[in-house]
Amino acid sequence: MLAVQVQGIGKRYRLGQFGQGDTMLREALVNFVRNAGARKNRDNEYVWALENVNFNINKGEVVGLVGRNGAGKSTLLKVLSRITYPTTGDFSVQGRLASMLEVGTGFHEELTGRENIYMNGSIMGMKRHEITARIDDIVEFSGVGAFIDTPIKRYSSGMRLRLGFAVAAHLEPDVLLVDEVLAVGDAEFQKKCLKTMDDLRGGGRTVIFVSHNMAAVENLCQRVIWIDKGHVREDGPTQQVLSNYMATFANAQQGGADLGAIKSRVGSGDVILTGLDVLDKQGQTLNFVRSGDALSLRLHFDARSEIRDLHVGVEIRNELGMLMTISNNWMNGLSVSRVPVGQHHMDLDIDFLNLMPGRFYLTLWLKGPDSKNHDLLENCMVMDIETSDYYGSGRGINPQFGLIFLPARWRASEGLVTS
Amino acid sequence: MRRSWLIEFWQYHELLYFMVWRDLKVRYKQTLLGVAWAIIQPLFSTAIFFLFFGKIAKMPSDGIPYPVFAYLGMAAWTYFSGATSYASNSLVNNANLLTKVYFPRLIIPTAGVLASLPDFLIASVVGVVVMLIYGVTPSVAFLLWPLIMVPVVLLTLGVSLILATLNVRYRDVKYAVPFLLQMWMFLTPIIYPTSIVPERFRHLLFLNPMVGYIDTLRAAALPGRDMEWGPFGVAVAISLVVLAVGLINFRRAERNFADVI
Repeated sequence: MLAVQVQGIGKRYRLGQFGQGDTMLREALVNFVRNAGARKNRDNEYVWALENVNFNINKGEVVGLVGRNGAGKSTLLKVLSRITYPTTGDFSVQGRLASMLEVGTGFHEELTGRENIYMNGSIMGMKRHEITARIDDIVEFSGVGAFIDTPIKRYSSGMRLRLGFAVAAHLEPDVLLVDEVLAVGDAEFQKKCLKTMDDLRGGGRTVIFVSHNMAAVENLCQRVIWIDKGHVREDGPTQQVLSNYMATFANAQQGGADLGAIKSRVGSGDVILTGLDVLDKQGQTLNFVRSGDALSLRLHFDARSEIRDLHVGVEIRNELGMLMTISNNWMNGLSVSRVPVGQHHMDLDIDFLNLMPGRFYLTLWLKGPDSKNHDLLENCMVMDIETSDYYGSGRGINPQFGLIFLPARWRASEGLVTS
Repeated sequence: MRRSWLIEFWQYHELLYFMVWRDLKVRYKQTLLGVAWAIIQPLFSTAIFFLFFGKIAKMPSDGIPYPVFAYLGMAAWTYFSGATSYASNSLVNNANLLTKVYFPRLIIPTAGVLASLPDFLIASVVGVVVMLIYGVTPSVAFLLWPLIMVPVVLLTLGVSLILATLNVRYRDVKYAVPFLLQMWMFLTPIIYPTSIVPERFRHLLFLNPMVGYIDTLRAAALPGRDMEWGPFGVAVAISLVVLAVGLINFRRAERNFADVI
């Protein structure tokens, strides 16, 4: 049975609407306009945020929506949520739809947590008796405890977020649209949210889930729709679509990369990553990396002001966004307590690269001791690991044999005939 | 389609209730004087008008004490002008809701119009006190005020819908509204009686529905007056036209609210 049916949806914006528009529209579309600038006609003052989008979603399916910033994901969610009207096409939704484009919509500073639950719940489409029936669960889930009757202007941002998500988790809609809510909040809370989403899946609810967290998408969704420049680029099983999508993330760069020019970075910018070299033991640039190699990753960074307690980290993910490992200097016992202004680098010496052949993505970051980002570059570099004849057997290492490459030897007992 | 639009509005009536409740709660919490504000506004303007028009200009007031005369008009006008200026900014003020979640957009200005009613109720009670102070016994017909206010609220909603819709697209409407309301006030017999308007212009005066309403409210409150249902009927008819125009225009424009706000 179909839960969502989308037929030929297109959404056109007039360019002038961005210029004078307030921040609301800007947030969603500035990126899009920038991207579209390259292909727009001079005499055409319109841009299509979405064009001829078609798909059906069955009842109970959990579908991930992926795509770059400005690809049209948010516009699509807004159309499905009926916040904005499609210029062309039509869609239908069976049953009650709730959309969480942000948590805590309609919260008012002066109202208490309890009052805001009623306010937010009714804005999201809950009836008063439904809220009353669930309020104890909502309060419990939010974990704000004794503060529930305090005006939320006294809440921390984390408490507000938890309260907002608590309401959303108790909406019980037939179709739920979720946008990036998991991108915020502490790790423990994120886990709780993911678990709730998981329960939703178990409960036979239809969910459309937008996230940049590929691990979460992979974990939750059986199916992924990849939106690229306003079109459906691919629609299919999660693993297949995600690996194609992630392949476009960064241009394959062997040997080294100039990181200074990357625009999509997060952090204060007090110190920024400027480059990455992949070196062999002798300090020569490596043009390819093989399973079992010894190598060094040299991270160059530029401190614009003096920094205390710098943590430098490298995260390696596979094509599906699954985290293979994280390494940072502090964990490994090397504390950098002071970074003078200027150019510096740190080397991560990897004695033995026990990753299977395949494509991997590096996330690099510079953080302070409070985990605040100075600079965060997500999936900024592709590392293709080639197969190697590590054992000298001439048979290579096959990526189908698992996630990690275990450097190991076989020995045969006496009496067995080996060649 | 139009039917389902209104049905949906009704399905969300609890949200309307919560919006009104939020507006009231926040307004009374945030302002220093809280509920007292509802009384001070009409009372002070009446005092000023009393001084300038009643005392100095010797404005006639149909044989009742001028403060009573002016206050009874001021009470309803304060509602109309307060609710209109509040509701005409309501869509812009709730832009974060319009761009984040769907619900019938009509709820926002409607809540703005309804949230000013408690102020009017308080002002009405004070009206009784003012009358007693000046030795005027309120008529039993005073009890008709809530009924007479029904079309006033509909008119307020109609005007607010038109202004709120314009406000989304043109940001300078916000500055025009107070000016518009002030002009409108002087064209309405609040501080002067209808009787000083020359006979030949008087039928023109009744094209302003607030004239019919304020005269009717006054006639209901004061003892020994006959209600003139003719002008009241005209006012109701005009109000319904304004409301219809407001609704149709709003329905046409609401598709684009989230895109242009």
